[in-house]
Amino acid sequence: MDDLVVSCKGLRKYYADVKAVDGLDLSVIRGECFGLLGPNGAGKTTTIEILEGLTPANSGEVRVLGMSWSDDERELRERIGISLQETQLNEKLTVLETMRLFRSFYKSGLDPEELLRDLSLDEKRDARVGKLSGGQKQRLAVACALIGDPEVLFLDEPTTGLDPQSRLQLWEVVARFRAKQGTVLLTTHYMEEAERLCDRIAIVDHGHLIALGTPKELIARLEAPNVIEFTSDPIVAADALAEVSGFHGATRRGDGWLLRVDSLAVAVPQLIAIVERNGGRLGALSTHAATLEDLFVSLTGRELRDV
Amino acid sequence: MFKKTGGAPVRHPLIELTSVRTKEFLRETEALFWVFGFPLLLALALGFAFRSKPPDRIPVGVVDGPAARQRLQALAQSPALLPRLFSAQEGREALRRGKISLLIEGDAAPVYGYDPTRPDARTARVEADDALQTAAGRRNVFASQDLKVQEQGSRYIDFLVPGLLGMNLMGTGMWGMGFTIVNARMKKLLKRLVATPMRKSHYLIAQFLSRLIFLVLEVTILVAFGWIVFHVRVNGSIALLAFLCLLGGFTFSGVGLLVASRARTLEAVSGMMNLVMMPMWLCSGVFFSYERFPDSAKPLIRALPLTALNDALRGVMNDAAATTAILPQIAILLAWGLITFVAALKIFRWQ
Repeated sequence: MDDLVVSCKGLRKYYADVKAVDGLDLSVIRGECFGLLGPNGAGKTTTIEILEGLTPANSGEVRVLGMSWSDDERELRERIGISLQETQLNEKLTVLETMRLFRSFYKSGLDPEELLRDLSLDEKRDARVGKLSGGQKQRLAVACALIGDPEVLFLDEPTTGLDPQSRLQLWEVVARFRAKQGTVLLTTHYMEEAERLCDRIAIVDHGHLIALGTPKELIARLEAPNVIEFTSDPIVAADALAEVSGFHGATRRGDGWLLRVDSLAVAVPQLIAIVERNGGRLGALSTHAATLEDLFVSLTGRELRDV
Repeated sequence: MFKKTGGAPVRHPLIELTSVRTKEFLRETEALFWVFGFPLLLALALGFAFRSKPPDRIPVGVVDGPAARQRLQALAQSPALLPRLFSAQEGREALRRGKISLLIEGDAAPVYGYDPTRPDARTARVEADDALQTAAGRRNVFASQDLKVQEQGSRYIDFLVPGLLGMNLMGTGMWGMGFTIVNARMKKLLKRLVATPMRKSHYLIAQFLSRLIFLVLEVTILVAFGWIVFHVRVNGSIALLAFLCLLGGFTFSGVGLLVASRARTLEAVSGMMNLVMMPMWLCSGVFFSYERFPDSAKPLIRALPLTALNDALRGVMNDAAATTAILPQIAILLAWGLITFVAALKIFRWQ
């Protein structure tokens, strides 16, 4: 089992009134990028912090690099890198001072100035952390996670709140880390991030695992490659929609439906006919190829972003 | 990409942590004022308020009448009194309002009106009677002499400067530790640090080391200020004074660490800091001697760290005390420092 880098079995974490993690089994293999995808409050952060040895679980077993947090914390800390959700670094320090500080904690690691260059932060090396943009701060947080030259990188919501360009820059850093056989475990509620970065994805909701696989496998599980999104007045009844050929399910959204179908060319004309037959008027209509977002909607009846 | 070598050598985490904490503090302008500016302003204000000067004259009133002019002249001879002429009604009004401490009426023999619960009124009564009797021709049985005690080391400012020094060591020691730590805890800086291989003891020791750097500065400034502006000299050993300041800094860093060891918000830690410091401000003899408290309370007051520090500082600065004379105080400070540090480490909340 040399290839198993991070694993947990029967992980449970209960707070006073919430079951944040409720019996989770996960395993992350060496060299892969593993994503925990779920809406806010799904238990992603609690899960990753338990795996990072920062939060104790109520029950369950956690192994990282074949070791346990209770026995080998010091060695584990040398070999993993962590970026917390919304990492706050000391705003009064400069970027380079921050890097040097973090570097001093590790027995071996990367050169602070080289790393800043790798992360396009060398121009900001003498700037105060408090003056950095959101994207620069986040890259610095990842730099702090990389400075000890870790085997495993834990990233909690690394791109939340970032603009598209900053997000791309961060994805690039993760890709470079993986190029040298690094293992990544990240959480996100952006399905496009999970699709782009991750080899395997675990979709979690309410502390449960609801789907696990490669992005392609997961989307294939929808059995419907296409999604039609439409509104109508009055709203079409659910059983009328089932008449569409190649129908694989529908979820209510606002004044209309998300309809999962095989072929758009077949389904769209039929749908228009159904709406007219019911004496309704079609509002907005759009289509897209099925994504992880649609999988989440079909599994939970809710949406990833705004829950 | 991701190179391991080049650049500056990696320094020990203790050095990095101490240097970072020191830089952080220097970049916090407000904190600089509270540590260095505030105690100086306080010493200046109090020093001027209590500077050595002739005692104020006590205002007394003389009711207009046949004997009034003579009485005014006689009273003006006394260095303790400031006489003024009033009509009977005005005089009583002034006495009632406390504008004067004594009102002298009566025709042949004076009648003194005053509030006997006021010490200055009683002094005025004695001084006025003495002046009037002497003017009327009383002969003193013997000529007494005054020996005025105002030598260096026994003035109020000599008492005050060591007290301020002690108070400052307490304030900066506790705030310096408490505020930074709770702030770092709130911003999840501590959580980020414990996610690295950093040794927790290194972090706490660095906080203390950085405090020491500033402590040397702030003590030097305050002592030099007292010496130059108010001629408050260090009569005892400078080395012993330096040792006491370091010990005091250590003790109150420990207390501050304990107070901050679990607090989650700045409000909570501020409240607790004040709760801990207030009794010592009042009881430990910063502004006035704790000898005025009842005897039963004194053992308790002497066991407070600030009392021990103030007593030891006054011993060295004013009375040139030797180490042996302040051993009990040193023991008390050491005990407080050690116990609070160990307790704080045990219960410290890192996230």
